[in-house]
Amino acid sequence: METETQTAINSAVDIVTARQRGRALALELGFNGADVTLIAAAISEVARNIVDHAKCGEILMSSVNGQSGGRPGIQIIARDQGPGIRDVAQAMQYGYSTRKGLGVGLPGAKWLMDEFDISSEIGRGTTITMRKWKR
Amino acid sequence: MQVPVLKQGDYLIASIQSVLSDADLIQLRDNLGARVGDYRSRGVIIDVTVLDVIDSFATRMLRGIAHMLKLRGAETVIVGIQPDVAFAMVQLGLTLEGVGTALDLEEGLAYLNTKTKRVAVDGD
Repeated sequence: METETQTAINSAVDIVTARQRGRALALELGFNGADVTLIAAAISEVARNIVDHAKCGEILMSSVNGQSGGRPGIQIIARDQGPGIRDVAQAMQYGYSTRKGLGVGLPGAKWLMDEFDISSEIGRGTTITMRKWKR
Repeated sequence: MQVPVLKQGDYLIASIQSVLSDADLIQLRDNLGARVGDYRSRGVIIDVTVLDVIDSFATRMLRGIAHMLKLRGAETVIVGIQPDVAFAMVQLGLTLEGVGTALDLEEGLAYLNTKTKRVAVDGD
C-alpha cells in the first residue's frame, strides 16, 4: 500500500484539513479509533506550530513499514522554511512557549507518537518527522 | 462554520455542529460573551460531542471562554467530550482545570441547576 498526501499549511484553516487527511489515512491503514485520534491530535499540534511560528509550510503523510517484521505505520513530516528554532531542547520542554500558548504542542505531539524527530536551523526552517506504528 | 447558540430559560446552549477552525472558536467566544449579557444568562452549555480532536488551542479557548463567562456571572459546562478525545487530551497533558464538565446535555443541565442554585443561596 503506497499512500501519500501533501497538505499546504498557510493558515489556521489548513490545520483542520491536515488533521482530517491524517485521520482518513490512519483509518485506511487500519489504526484503531483511539490511535486515530492520537495521530489527528499530533498532526494538529505540529500544523499549529507551523502557522504560529513559520506562517506557512507543508505536511506530508504516508504509510511506512517497520524494519523487522514490517509492522505498518504512519509517517508525518511537517516542514517549513520559517525562522527556525534557536533552542530545540527548550522548545521541547513541557510548558515552554514563546507566544501565548500553553507550551504543550511539540512535547505533546512527541508523547502521542512512537517516534519523533525534530531538526531546525536558524533562518532555514524546521522539519519534524514523526511515526506511529500499528499495535 | 458558525456555532448556533440557543436560549433555554436561564441558560444558553452552544451546540457545535462540525469540526471547528480557530476562527470559529474565537467567534464562539465573542458571541457567548455578548449573548450572556443580552439574555442575562446564568449558565452556558458548550456541547463538543462532534469534535474529533480537542488540541491545545481548543483547550485554551474553551478554558478562556469558561473563565470569561464566569467573570460575566455565568457558569459554563462543557459536555460530550468523547472517550478517545479525552484520552488524547490526557496524553497531551491538557486539562480543563476550573471548568465544569459533564457527560452529555442532560447531565450538563443538571450540573448548571445545582451550580446556579447554590450561587443564589450563597448570595442570600
